[in-house]
Amino acid sequence: MARAVTTRRKALLTVIGWTVGFLVFFPILWTVLTSFKTEGEAIANPPSFLAFDWTTENYTEVQHRSDYFLHMMNSVVISFGSTALGLLFAVPAAWAMAFAPGKRTKDILMWMLSTKMMPAVGVLVPLYILFRDSGLLDTRVGLVGVLTLIDLPLIVWMLYTYFREIPGEILEAARMDGASLGKEIVFVLAPMAVPGIASTTLLNIILSWNEAFWTLNLTTSNAAPLTAFIASYSSPEGLFWAKLSAASTLAIAPILVLGWFSQRQLVRGLTFGAVK
Amino acid sequence: MATLHTRASARLMMAPSVIVLFAWMIVPLAMTLYFSFQRYNLLSPDEHGWTGLLNYTYFLTDPAFGDALTNTLLLVGGVLAITVVGGLCLALMLDQPFWGRGIVRLLVIAPFFVMPTVSALVWKNMLMNPVYGVFAWIARTLGVEPIDWLADVPLLSIILIVAWQWLPFATLILLTALQSLDTEQQEAAEMDGAGVVGRFIHLVLPHLARPITVVILIETIFLLGVFAEILVTTGGGPGTATTNIVYLVYSQALLQFDVGGASAGGIVAVVLANIVAVFLIRLIGKNLDR
Repeated sequence: MARAVTTRRKALLTVIGWTVGFLVFFPILWTVLTSFKTEGEAIANPPSFLAFDWTTENYTEVQHRSDYFLHMMNSVVISFGSTALGLLFAVPAAWAMAFAPGKRTKDILMWMLSTKMMPAVGVLVPLYILFRDSGLLDTRVGLVGVLTLIDLPLIVWMLYTYFREIPGEILEAARMDGASLGKEIVFVLAPMAVPGIASTTLLNIILSWNEAFWTLNLTTSNAAPLTAFIASYSSPEGLFWAKLSAASTLAIAPILVLGWFSQRQLVRGLTFGAVK
Repeated sequence: MATLHTRASARLMMAPSVIVLFAWMIVPLAMTLYFSFQRYNLLSPDEHGWTGLLNYTYFLTDPAFGDALTNTLLLVGGVLAITVVGGLCLALMLDQPFWGRGIVRLLVIAPFFVMPTVSALVWKNMLMNPVYGVFAWIARTLGVEPIDWLADVPLLSIILIVAWQWLPFATLILLTALQSLDTEQQEAAEMDGAGVVGRFIHLVLPHLARPITVVILIETIFLLGVFAEILVTTGGGPGTATTNIVYLVYSQALLQFDVGGASAGGIVAVVLANIVAVFLIRLIGKNLDR
């Protein structure tokens, strides 16, 4: 913008901006700080902000008492597994829709979107019964399957909006040169599609990592990912704030970092391309 | 350019996704529909049979349903109001140049990546606890009697927690939209003597109408399904003060094992969500034609 911004105005905005940013971020900051306190200091009044004896014992304690890494691994397997499986289904579908659209392509896309609108609770009962009868309750396989199906429409859509931006002329040029469909895909289009697939993967891992309806209802202990594990701290006897904070910090840190990298994809993915 | 050959392979490439999604949509939904006309409780599995619309009658006339519907609407409406207004303010702020803006933006969007169970428990305990929480400490410092958030104003507390999680979403989308606003047009208006307020009302707001609609519709879809935040904080209580439709169906299914009643509730939830979905689908469909 050509308009000259006065330094005073900028300084004022800086103060406001940082104050607001601090306030919005405060619950997360507070969680991280509390995770380094002793249980006594965690409930100290008035609360101590930085002047406390920093300790890392909560982190070792959390692993010690409740096998934190099992739940961490469950989260990793479930979110990465469902994303990978979803891509396996979605890449060819989005590909076909973007490069060989037919009369029905738009209808199919809209229909896929509509499946995403179905509230989970509408199918909770049959799914619970199906899972119980087939021994899938509290298994990683079962959850990977459900999350794949939930994610699939979003993955197809995101990939479709990315693939659609790859210019079709390149395809035609390749065809003129006599490339087969297989060669066309491997040598011409795949390199151009990689960034879109990467963004889709990233956003989808974040969303499945934080999914908290099916993970809470279809697991009890063995396959419980971090969402369900943290929920176990809600019982009155589990109220150890410092340990809750340590477990929470570990659960959100990796995904927060991934999230910060995927700001732009987030907008595009979650609005199904309606806002770019 | 599409030859018969490529069209056939295109169909083949789409088939797996379409088939699994179709099965996912039809099979459980058909089962829910079937169960909703059955008398079926997991605790007494032998008593099994058609009951017609009885499950629906029970579910819809249960006073808890009225409460749950009201709570659902208040929850969705409250969170939407806070996130759209707050998100607009934050987006306008982040659109201005200031030092460290990139870092502030990271701080503001962070809550979106926190899993629902973590944010609910952190707010419930470390912020809203009436004795040891940070809010109570602030209240006492100001000389005010601290309130017991989740006991005195349970629904408002849930609204605040959920709003905190969704504020970044609204902010990020409105900010993206603001940044695509034509700066030349802005400057032209400024040259013509349009004030800040005038420019905001006549230029910025009309430009934001569409993204705001998108935010409202997409948030509504997700907010109708709020569950984890209620489960780990209030468990729907006190009484039915924080029970929404989702939680009501959950408690009938997995706490009372009433398969028939819960299924009827599930179908009601599907109908409600579809009303919103129709609008969203139309909006996004229009976008496809461009």
